[in-house]
Amino acid sequence: MADLLIELFSEEIPARMQSRARDDLKKLVTDGLVTAGLTYASAGAFSTPRRLTLTVQGLTAESPTLREERKGPRTDAPQAALDGFLRSTGLTRDQLTVRDDKKAQVYYAVIEKPGRKSPAIIAEVLEATIRNFPWPKSMRWGTGSLRWVRPLHSILCLLTDEGGAEVVPMSVDGITAGNTTEGHRFLAPGRFPVSSFDDYTRKLKSSKVMLDPAERAAHIWHDATTAAFAQGLEVVEDPALLTEVAGLVEWPVVLMGPIGTDFLGLPAEVLQTSMREHQKFFSVRNPATGRIEKFVTVANNEAADHGATILAGNGKVLSARLSDARFFWDNDLRRVKAEGMEGLAAGLASVTFHNELGSQADRITRIAALAREIAPLVGASPDLAAEAARVAKADLQSAMVGEFPELQGTMGTYYARAAGLSESVALACKAHYQPLGPSDDVPTDPVSVAVALADKLDTLTGFWGIYEKPTGSKDPYALRRAALGVIRLVLMNGAKFNAASIIEHGFALHESRDVSLEYQEDDKKRAELLSGLGLEAHSFEARHELLNKVSTSISHLYPSYKRKQKQHSSSEFWLRSDGSDAREGATGTYSLFDLDVKDLLAFFHDRLKVFLKDEGIRHDVIDACLAMPGNDDLTLVVARARALQATLKTDDGTNLLQGFKRANNILTQAEQKDGVEYSYGADVKFAETDAERALFAALDTADAIILPAMAAEDFAAAMSAMAALRAPIDDFFSATQVNSDNPVIRRNRLNLLHRIRAICGQVADLTKIDG
Amino acid sequence: MADSETAPRSFQEIILRLQSYWAAKGCAILQPYDMEVGAGTFHPATTLRALGPKPWAAAYVQPSRRPTDGRYGENPNRLQHYYQYQVIIKPSPPDLQDLYLGSLRAIGLDPALHDIRFVEDDWESPTLGAWGLGWEVWCDGMEVSQFTYFQQVGGHDCKPVSGELTYGLERLAMYVLGVNHVMDMPFNDPQSPIPLSYGDIFRQTEQEYSRWNFDQADTDLLLRHFEDAEAECDRILTASQPDKAGRHIVMAHPAYDQCIKASHLFNLLDARGVISVTERQAYIGRVRALAKRCADAFVTTEAGGVSA
Repeated sequence: MADLLIELFSEEIPARMQSRARDDLKKLVTDGLVTAGLTYASAGAFSTPRRLTLTVQGLTAESPTLREERKGPRTDAPQAALDGFLRSTGLTRDQLTVRDDKKAQVYYAVIEKPGRKSPAIIAEVLEATIRNFPWPKSMRWGTGSLRWVRPLHSILCLLTDEGGAEVVPMSVDGITAGNTTEGHRFLAPGRFPVSSFDDYTRKLKSSKVMLDPAERAAHIWHDATTAAFAQGLEVVEDPALLTEVAGLVEWPVVLMGPIGTDFLGLPAEVLQTSMREHQKFFSVRNPATGRIEKFVTVANNEAADHGATILAGNGKVLSARLSDARFFWDNDLRRVKAEGMEGLAAGLASVTFHNELGSQADRITRIAALAREIAPLVGASPDLAAEAARVAKADLQSAMVGEFPELQGTMGTYYARAAGLSESVALACKAHYQPLGPSDDVPTDPVSVAVALADKLDTLTGFWGIYEKPTGSKDPYALRRAALGVIRLVLMNGAKFNAASIIEHGFALHESRDVSLEYQEDDKKRAELLSGLGLEAHSFEARHELLNKVSTSISHLYPSYKRKQKQHSSSEFWLRSDGSDAREGATGTYSLFDLDVKDLLAFFHDRLKVFLKDEGIRHDVIDACLAMPGNDDLTLVVARARALQATLKTDDGTNLLQGFKRANNILTQAEQKDGVEYSYGADVKFAETDAERALFAALDTADAIILPAMAAEDFAAAMSAMAALRAPIDDFFSATQVNSDNPVIRRNRLNLLHRIRAICGQVADLTKIDG
Repeated sequence: MADSETAPRSFQEIILRLQSYWAAKGCAILQPYDMEVGAGTFHPATTLRALGPKPWAAAYVQPSRRPTDGRYGENPNRLQHYYQYQVIIKPSPPDLQDLYLGSLRAIGLDPALHDIRFVEDDWESPTLGAWGLGWEVWCDGMEVSQFTYFQQVGGHDCKPVSGELTYGLERLAMYVLGVNHVMDMPFNDPQSPIPLSYGDIFRQTEQEYSRWNFDQADTDLLLRHFEDAEAECDRILTASQPDKAGRHIVMAHPAYDQCIKASHLFNLLDARGVISVTERQAYIGRVRALAKRCADAFVTTEAGGVSA
């Protein structure tokens, strides 16, 4: 058993790439070692800005000898077959053995792969790892051809066991592995040798390098919060920034400094964003006032003056940055006070949203119309919703958002308040972008909800219309996120409406994109064209060829048509917008905008399934509920699904399902056999058994509960009334033969089964449930 | 921020120290290119010399013009005309980071007292069809230099790779000298018989050029000049007749001059606000096409690595 230490020492590795690189190094090396037949006990990877380090413990000293037997051709096979076998095994003929195999004699190759010592394997694996490392971006340097994230300077590769440490002999592109590394660039320059992982981490620490990024992050957070606490302040949590900063330093030194009083009046988000984005500073807040009053910077150096120079420099840079921010803030406020939010928004007419979907101003007009439509459905005032939609994106024209795009919406809320707009409208500026992800808050103010829905539905109908639909892992316009946003907005707010009609409205708001195409089809030209292609004038191929020419000319002009071609089978694709088939003659009007409500609704249903699966609701349960009418009312679908799922978790529920399926199977078979539908007229007076009469009574009782429950959309009550039918249905089947010899009785019982089917099928289509 | 005795006292002293530092490190100290450019990278000593296999080491000051950055001399940090210090070494030496840090010491920034950081920043010039990986170098939170390993120029892979250092001189000097407004910065030694500040020399020109760049430049004329430069570049590169002595001399540099002109004319048109968002890409593409063709031509010349 031995321990392996690898360090790849380079110029500064981008902070954002370090975490992935640690994982990749560990995986590539350990996978390579295991594939080559070694085993190990544990492994760990670390990084600093200048190094990637891997330690592997308990590594075996050599790989086992492997013996492989391969069957070859028969001895009377042609020479070529034997030659091929020899080539593939790398053996000569006299190294083969011959054995009897059923009717013939057959060559066998016995290939023995002797075990190899670990250093040879490590050298090979490490070289392959370095040469094929999956950096997101890599480069060459000097005269070399090796690619690494930044110039690679040295490789440390050391194998340590009881006998001592030895360097694994290897080299890559002129860099030879050794047993030395370097300390901190400024605090402890110079190379030193190491003898083991422990020795390595210890010597690094005394050379002012903390190897473990988690330790650096913990150290930064501890020192920052302690410094803030000592002054009665708190550091604003920012895990992403902490990780990044820990990736920028080898020896973190935390320094806290003041923000000039001139800037304390800026919104907290502006201070935080400016400091984080430009300077990688943490914000320090006064918990009493909620204001950001100080900053924390993390230096990579312990200076003789205890950081006074560094802190002064950073403070100066910050002041210059914040002067810009304050200039933007003052200017923007002046503008909204003078021109109002709509004045600010005016410039959006010349900002392209998407070249096939018009300008931002076009988009805002559509969102306002849609928000007005949605408002009454979510309890908002249509006028307020439309007003909010018109101003919600105005801040895209502000200087502040121009500088800090991530403050879009946030600034809108500040500016709308300054413009004297109502609080609902101001809140909608920020909230209409929400929810931004699966864990982001969902707005609840009705005006925000209406605009947020309209915003997302406009995006969805627009990109759907121009055939920019998500495929596989590609979703450049984040349409899945938008659909999930709609689902969460609807469900969390308990909004009830028919999505189909809103989607239809959304589609209708996009401008018509029909194009007329005149295509010369006079016989002479056509014959020339076709004979050039070697086709007969009226063959199918000929028509097809012509159509291809047409479609090429349309696609050339309109990108959405090109995408349409890819997504549709040729028969659907050749429909002109009036529904006629273009294969009869290419001239006509073609739609460049898809209005496929069903298709978009199906996309919502897919996203809903993913969403409900996370909630633990089974796939078949959702399908059973989606099979019901009104499935574009998402709240209704989910209420059905939750009630059904809850019932199916009970004994009564699962047994009811069995009873239902039995009833349904018998009924379906009888209906198929008899060619009639047994749907009406079960009468208790033809009942023969007690169980049969009891079932009649139970169905009546259930009906009395279920009808009003369904009317009130109380699916839980309806389902529990259905579950109560479990015992009477079970009793009925055990006591009664449905297919009685008496045709009247049989018909009556089949009609009775139909009542079971009808009653139990009201919440969901139970035939779609598994089991 | 000055560090005791070794602190420079003026803008020009910082430039002079960089010049002697890089001269001592073996660079040819070139003079600025005699044309309007947006950055030191445009100097043919960088753009063209980064191409081909021949070793190269040069350093120079390059006056640079970015018409849209003009602020009539009022903004403490922004200028439409400023200076860059440029170092280009091919192949990039293994100790380029150390050489760079040495240059900071030479101008009075002691890395022991400051916080020097190499922060990821990948460089790309869409007009030159060039890109590289490297960092912006931070000193106490301020970007003081750009450090790039060229990977491609004019669409050609750089083999070997050049290391390029670009110092924004005014910003760096303001930091070293502890000045808050660029116009207040001493240009020559403040103890000189006639001390001159940066503002004494450039405040008026900033005002004049800001007005011309933003309001007065004749856009029709600029557009014509752009097209002329483009046409001339094409003509120079396609001229196939031998000269009077029967020689075929590839005119990569004269053609590249036209590319530089087109690039600057585009910047002027941009400052005048007559280029729409969509047209912008098209113009950049046109300049890039010129740069690529100049690069194609340069690699067929002796300086580009073809033996005579």
